[in-house]
Amino acid sequence: MTYALELKDVSKSFGLVHANKDIDLAVSPGSIHGIIGENGAGKSTLMNIIYGMHRADKGTISFNGQQVDVRSSADAIEHGIGMVHQHFMLVPTFSVLENVMLGSEGGLTLSEGRATALERLTHLSTTYNLEVDPHALVSDLNVGQRQRVEIIKALKGGAKVLILDEPTGVLTPQEADQLFEILKVLRDDGVSVLLITHKLTEIMDITDTVSIMRQGEMVGHRKTSETSPQDLAELMVGREVLLEVTRTPATPAEVRFSAKNLGYTNSQGVVELEDINFEVRAGEILGVAGVSGNGQTQLMETLAGMLPLTTGVINILGTEVTSADATSPRIIRDLGVGHIPEDRHTHGLILDFEARENMILGFHDSELAGSGKLFDYSAIQQNCEDKMAHFDVRPSNPRLSAKNFSGGNQQKIVIAREFSANPGVLLVGQPTRGVDVGAIEFIHKQLLELRDAGCAILLVSVELDEVMSLADRIMVLCDGQNVGIIDAEKADRSTLGLMMAGQKAEAAT
Amino acid sequence: MLDFLYQTLLAFDATLRIATPLMLCAMAGIFSERSGIVDISLEGKLLSGAFVAATVAALTGSAWLGLGCAILAGITMSLIHGFACITHKGDQVVSGVAINILASGLTIVLGIALFKRGGQTPSLPKEDRFTPIEWWGVEMMDSVPVLGSIYRQLISGHNMLVYVALLCVPLTAFILYKTRFGLRLRAVGEVPQAVDSAGISVTWLRYRALILGGALCGIAGAYLSIAQGGNFVKEMSAGKGYIALAAVIFGNWKPFTAFFACLMFGFLDAVTARLEGYELFLIGEIPSQLMQAIPYILTVLLLAGFIGKPRPPAVIGQPYHK
Amino acid sequence: MSKPTPPLPRWADIVLLPLINLLAALVLCGLVIFAIGENPFAALKVMINGAFVYQGALGYTLFYTTSFIFTGLAVAIAFHARLFNIGAEGQASLGGLGATLVAFAMAPIPGIIALPLAIGSAALFGAAWGIVPGYLQAKRGSHIVITTIMFNFIAAALLVWLLAGMMLEPGQFSPQSSLLPEQTWLPKIHEMLGWIGLKTTATPLNASFLIALCACLFFWVLVWRSRLGYEIRTVGQNQEAAHYSGINVARVIIITMAISGAFAGLMAINQIQGVSHKLILGFTAGYGFTGIAVALMGRNHPVGIFLAALLFGALVQGGTELDFEFTVITREMVLLIQGMIILFSGALAYMFNPPLARLLARIFGTKEDANA
Repeated sequence: MTYALELKDVSKSFGLVHANKDIDLAVSPGSIHGIIGENGAGKSTLMNIIYGMHRADKGTISFNGQQVDVRSSADAIEHGIGMVHQHFMLVPTFSVLENVMLGSEGGLTLSEGRATALERLTHLSTTYNLEVDPHALVSDLNVGQRQRVEIIKALKGGAKVLILDEPTGVLTPQEADQLFEILKVLRDDGVSVLLITHKLTEIMDITDTVSIMRQGEMVGHRKTSETSPQDLAELMVGREVLLEVTRTPATPAEVRFSAKNLGYTNSQGVVELEDINFEVRAGEILGVAGVSGNGQTQLMETLAGMLPLTTGVINILGTEVTSADATSPRIIRDLGVGHIPEDRHTHGLILDFEARENMILGFHDSELAGSGKLFDYSAIQQNCEDKMAHFDVRPSNPRLSAKNFSGGNQQKIVIAREFSANPGVLLVGQPTRGVDVGAIEFIHKQLLELRDAGCAILLVSVELDEVMSLADRIMVLCDGQNVGIIDAEKADRSTLGLMMAGQKAEAAT
Repeated sequence: MLDFLYQTLLAFDATLRIATPLMLCAMAGIFSERSGIVDISLEGKLLSGAFVAATVAALTGSAWLGLGCAILAGITMSLIHGFACITHKGDQVVSGVAINILASGLTIVLGIALFKRGGQTPSLPKEDRFTPIEWWGVEMMDSVPVLGSIYRQLISGHNMLVYVALLCVPLTAFILYKTRFGLRLRAVGEVPQAVDSAGISVTWLRYRALILGGALCGIAGAYLSIAQGGNFVKEMSAGKGYIALAAVIFGNWKPFTAFFACLMFGFLDAVTARLEGYELFLIGEIPSQLMQAIPYILTVLLLAGFIGKPRPPAVIGQPYHK
Repeated sequence: MSKPTPPLPRWADIVLLPLINLLAALVLCGLVIFAIGENPFAALKVMINGAFVYQGALGYTLFYTTSFIFTGLAVAIAFHARLFNIGAEGQASLGGLGATLVAFAMAPIPGIIALPLAIGSAALFGAAWGIVPGYLQAKRGSHIVITTIMFNFIAAALLVWLLAGMMLEPGQFSPQSSLLPEQTWLPKIHEMLGWIGLKTTATPLNASFLIALCACLFFWVLVWRSRLGYEIRTVGQNQEAAHYSGINVARVIIITMAISGAFAGLMAINQIQGVSHKLILGFTAGYGFTGIAVALMGRNHPVGIFLAALLFGALVQGGTELDFEFTVITREMVLLIQGMIILFSGALAYMFNPPLARLLARIFGTKEDANA
C-alpha cells in the first residue's frame, strides 16, 4: 500500500548529540498515527526534518510513494505537509486572517488576496469545526482558539499530512476533547494526522497506530488496539542496565519541609500546579515521578524560590513562605536548602567558567572562596580539588572550563557543590539526565549517603527506575496534580504507570 | 496678536523644513527596526548621503544625480550593516556604532582628498540644487487674508524634497500595513519562526528592509546638503539621526505617530531659536540648550515607562537562528 | 548542515584573531589611502614616527593613551555584565563638570585635600550619570543602549548651557570655564621626572597616567579577585544561573553601571586637571566612543585594554603628524581606522573564526585528536 508518509533510516546529529538515529516510519493515508516518547527523545527534531526546518544527515523521506528532498518549509508545504508547532508560531499583534494569510497573501497588496483568503478560512472553519473569528486579534484569543488558527494555517495549502507537536500541552481537558473531534473529522476526510505526544491517555484515546521513540531511536510500532498504557510506558521510559543500589530502609525523623495547597499559575494564566500537599522528613527521600511536562519543573522552581507561589504555603525548616511573601533563591538557600537544578546548562553551571569557579557558584560569599575580602584562588583551587577527589570528577582539573566536561562529570560538579554544603533540605531534579552509566551509580550512592546522614530530599525524575530504586515514598504528578503518594515497597511499574496516566492509586501516604 | 499668529505660522513653516530629514530617517528606522534589526546607524547613513549628494552634485552639476548617488550611498551603508548583523549574526548595536564612526571618518577624509577645503564641499549654485517650488496661484492667493499667508508660507514654497518626505510617511504606512511585503516584514520582527515556517526567507526580508531604510536616509542626506543647504560641512548631520531614532521610539514604531514626533521635535527646534531671550510666563527665560535636550529627555522618560509604554518589535536585536 | 567548526585554541582566540581583525581594518584603510592618491606605507611610516620616534612623541602618545584607558575600562566593565555602555562620552563630560565644580569650591583648601577630592568628584559625577541608565535597565527594562545615547546628548546640552552661561569665563567668547585653582592641578610627568633630576621633553603627559595604570590594576582585582566581580561576570554570562545561585541581578547591573560611569568620569582629569586646567566644551572629543573600540580590541581585559589604548593613542598622535606631513590626509583618518576596528572586532569578530579554525586544525590537529 502507498503510505502517505514514509521515512527510512533518517538520522540527524547536532554536533556530538545524536538527535535521531536510523528512524523508520510509515503512516497510512486517512489515519491518526501517534508518536510517543519522553522529552528529549527526538520527536520534535524528527518532525522538523519532515517539515523542512532541518535537513537530515542521511535517510529518505517519501510522500505518497515518491521520494522527495525537503530543503525548506516551502518544499514541505508544497508537498502537502502542514505542521502545528508545539510553541505557536502566531503573530500576536495580527488578526487571525492576517496570520493565515502570511505566506499566501495572494498578491502584492493585501486587499487583492483578502477576499479569497477569507473565503478559504471560512470554508476550512466550517468543514472541520474550527470555530474562530477571522478578524479577532490573536492576542485576544485563548489557547484553544489559537491552536485552531494554527490548524487552519497548516491546512490552508490543502495539506494531506498534518503534524501536531504536543498539541494538548496547553489545553484544558475540554479543549483537548474538542481538538480530538476535529482530528477525527480530518482523518475521515483522508488526511493523515501525525500526533506527537508524551501522554499515554491521548494515544489510547484517539490514535489508530503508534510509534514509540526513546533516546533518538524508534523502539517500536504498534496498532493502538493491540497495545496498552503499561506496554507503552515501559517502552518509553525503559532503560538499559540500571545498576541496583542497595538501599537500607529509611529511618525518618522530624519533618524538615512540607507544602500545603501549593499551586502555581503561569503568566499566561495556565494552572500548572494545583493543590500539592506533601511532607518530607529528615533522613528520607520523597521521589516525584511522572511523565515529564506534568508540573515537575514548576514544583522544583517554586520550592527553590525561582518562581513565586500562586497559592499555598511552603514550610522549610520552620520558616513559612506563602504566596504573599517575596521569595528568591537567595532566601531559600540561606535557609539551608541545596538545589540540583533539572537543567544544569541553563541554571546549574556557567559553561564558560572554569570548574573551580563553578564549584563556588552560589557560595562565592562564603569562606570557600577565601576568608578575606578578596578571592583567595589557592583556597578556591583547593576547594575544587578536594571536591573533585571526593566526588570522583574526571578529569580532575579545576582549571578546565565546565563545557569541556562530559555530562556526567558536569553533574558531579553540581552535586559536589550542593552536597558539600550539608544542606538540611535538598531539592534534586533529573540528577542523571545525560549522564553515563558509570556516573549514575556513583550519584545514586551519594544521594543515599546524604539521606542516611539525615538530609530531607525531594527527588524529581522522569526515570521510573531511578525513582523506584532511590525513593522511600513516591509521589506521582499528572497534569499538575498529585495523583497519590505511595510507599516504595508497594510501588511497582504497573501501579506507577497507571498513576502516571492519571489513574489514582489505592494507598496514600 | 496678528503678529504672534504670523510668527507661529513662520514657526510651523520652519518646522516642516527642520523635520524633513527627521521624517525620512524615522521612516527608515521604522522599516529596519520593525524587521527586528536595531538601527543606531541612521546618523551615519544620513551623513554619508549628505556627503555623496554634495560631492556628486559639485562634480557633475546635477542635483538629480547627486540625489541618486546619495540613495546609493545610504543603501551601501545599510548593506554593510546587514552583512555584519544578518549574515554574520554580529552584534547590531556595535555594527551601528561602527558605521556611524566610519561615516564620520570617510566623509571628512574623502572630502579633504577631493576638495581640500577642510572637509567641506564647494558651495553649489542655485541651478545645481533643489530649490523651493512655489505652487500655482501663490500670487493670486496673496490677496486672500489669513489663508493666503498660510498658502504662501506653509504649503507652497518648500523644497521638492520636503514634499517627497511628506509623501514618504503615508507611503511607508501603506507599504507596512497594506502590502504583502509589509505584512511579512511586521511578522519577521515579532515572530520570525512564523515567517520561516511559512516558507519565506527571513534573511532576504530583513535585507530588503535595510535597503529601503538606506535609500530613505540617502534622500534625507541629500536634503541636508543640496536642498536645504548648498554644500556639505563636516558632521553636518549634527545628531539628527539620533533624534529620528528617538522619534521612532516615541512614535512606538508606527509611521504616523513617529511623523508627529518628528514634527514635535522639529517644532521645538524652530521655536528654540525664536524664544532666545524671550521671557515665558512664570518660568522666565528658558535656555535654548535645555530646549534642545527635550527630545532626548522625553525619550528616556518614555523608555522608563513614565509616559506610556514602549512596545518595540518583539525580537529586536536578536539574530535569527533556526 | 555543514560540518561543525573545530574549536579555536585559546591562544588563537585571544591573540591571533584580534590581530587578524586589526590587520583587516588596516588593510581596508590602506586601500582608502591608496584610492585618494597617497602611499599607504608612507602614511604608516609617518604615523609611527609621529607616535613614537620623534622627541617627545611617546609622551604625547601616552597622554592620549591615558584617556583611552579610562574609557576603555568603562566600556569593558559594562561588557563583563553584558551591558553595552555607549554613554562613556556623557559620563566623562559629567566627570569633568564634577571635578571643575569641586575644584572651584575648594579654592581656599590646600591641594593635598583638594586634588583628591576633585578627582573623586570626577568619578562620582560620572558614576551618577551611569547609574541612572543602569537603574532604568535593571528595574524598568529600558534598553541601556538607547538611554545611554540619550544621556550623551543631555550631558552635552547641559555642558553647553553651563559653559556658555554661568560658568563662562568673563571676557571669553568660546565656551570654557575660568582657570582652576592651582592646587587642583595634576603635575606633568616631565615635571615629576625633573624632581628626581631627569630632564625630558615637555609633553602633556601627566600624573593621571599613573592613576590610569592604578585603575587597570583595580579593574583586574575587581573583576577576577573580588566577590562583586564574580557576580558581575556571572550575570554577564548567564542571568538565569545567576538568579538560581542567589545573586541579585538587578543590584549587580546597577552597581556595574555606576562603576562604569566612574571610570569614564575619570577620563576628564587627564584633560582638565592635567593639561588645560579649565573645563572646555567638547573636551571629550569622541574619546568615549574610542573606548568602545579599545574595550572590544582589548577583549575586556586590562592588559589588552592598555595595549589597545596604546594603539589608539599612537593612532591619534600619529594622525596629528599625518596632518602636518600630508595635505590630503588629516587626523580624521583615525576615525576611519577606529570605525573599521569596531566593525571587525565587534560585529564581524567571528567572521574569520571558521576559516582560521579550520586552517589551524589542519596544521596542528584538533583537541579531540590530541586527547584520543
